[in-house]
Amino acid sequence: MKVAVVTFPGSNCDYDLYKAAQQVGADATFMWHRERGLDGYDAVLLPGGFSYGDYLRAGAIARMSPIMEDVVAFAGAGGPVLGICNGFQILCEAGLLPGALMRNDRLKFASHDVRLRVERTDTVFTSAYDEGQVLRVPIAHGEGNFEADTATLERLEGDGRVVFRYVTRDGEPAAESNPNGSWHNIAGITNESGNVLGMMPHPERAMEEILGSTDGVGVFASLAASLSAVSS
Amino acid sequence: MSTFHLEVRVKPRPGLLDPQGKAVHHALNSLGWEGVEDVRVGKAIYIDLVADSEAAALEAADVMCRKLLANPVTEDYEVSVVGSVEGASA
Repeated sequence: MKVAVVTFPGSNCDYDLYKAAQQVGADATFMWHRERGLDGYDAVLLPGGFSYGDYLRAGAIARMSPIMEDVVAFAGAGGPVLGICNGFQILCEAGLLPGALMRNDRLKFASHDVRLRVERTDTVFTSAYDEGQVLRVPIAHGEGNFEADTATLERLEGDGRVVFRYVTRDGEPAAESNPNGSWHNIAGITNESGNVLGMMPHPERAMEEILGSTDGVGVFASLAASLSAVSS
Repeated sequence: MSTFHLEVRVKPRPGLLDPQGKAVHHALNSLGWEGVEDVRVGKAIYIDLVADSEAAALEAADVMCRKLLANPVTEDYEVSVVGSVEGASA
């Protein structure tokens, strides 16, 4: 399984993603944002960070990078694409996912563990989890407040495209478990065909006991399992 | 050809929560400006653009806004020409 980790100027979670992919047995390669060509890759990962210093809007400049044209084509052909944090913001700006990530409603950068409920287990990134399972994964963002027009939001819920939701320890999507004001406590969504996932929390930072949680492993284990199923 | 000085104003769409505007609103209230009823914070972008005509410059700026400068999900934009210099070379 060959996985491309795209690095933009200002990405800072690229090594964590690279290591996370390796941990589940992937052959991971860094790809500079100016490089072209994703032929031969089985999945593309867009890391967190502050590409282009979040100038203009988070992700707005990065999505103009040459590699993004290939990422759009790759996703269009059904290839799995995962965007985490700034990666999620870039996917929204690129139009691969609907909506936008606005400034956190409390105006503060939020950096702490959250509880996430797994809403969908039939995606290539979540098959290793149980439906309704509550994960502990860190967040670290200033702009994670998911917003879209009403029709889009209703469609996301109606089609079951919300993959992760911020919840309490008991798995309830309460106001106090919402770290940024996201509509319906949305933490991660998928595109219509289910091959593109964007999420604000960082599963790649919850891969080892020493990091406080291994709940993020499932995202990468799911991807590895689905790709090995395809190739065998 | 002329150089047109354009001002692009990007602002949060009405109805969307603008936490930054809210914080500034409270700050103005606590400074004693009790009459302040609402504050929204946007941004202004200044562009010098060489174009054939004012209409062409405005049309180009509109495309720039749709493709990059504003996010249609969360922001509205307005463009105005604030000045121009005739005879600029492209």
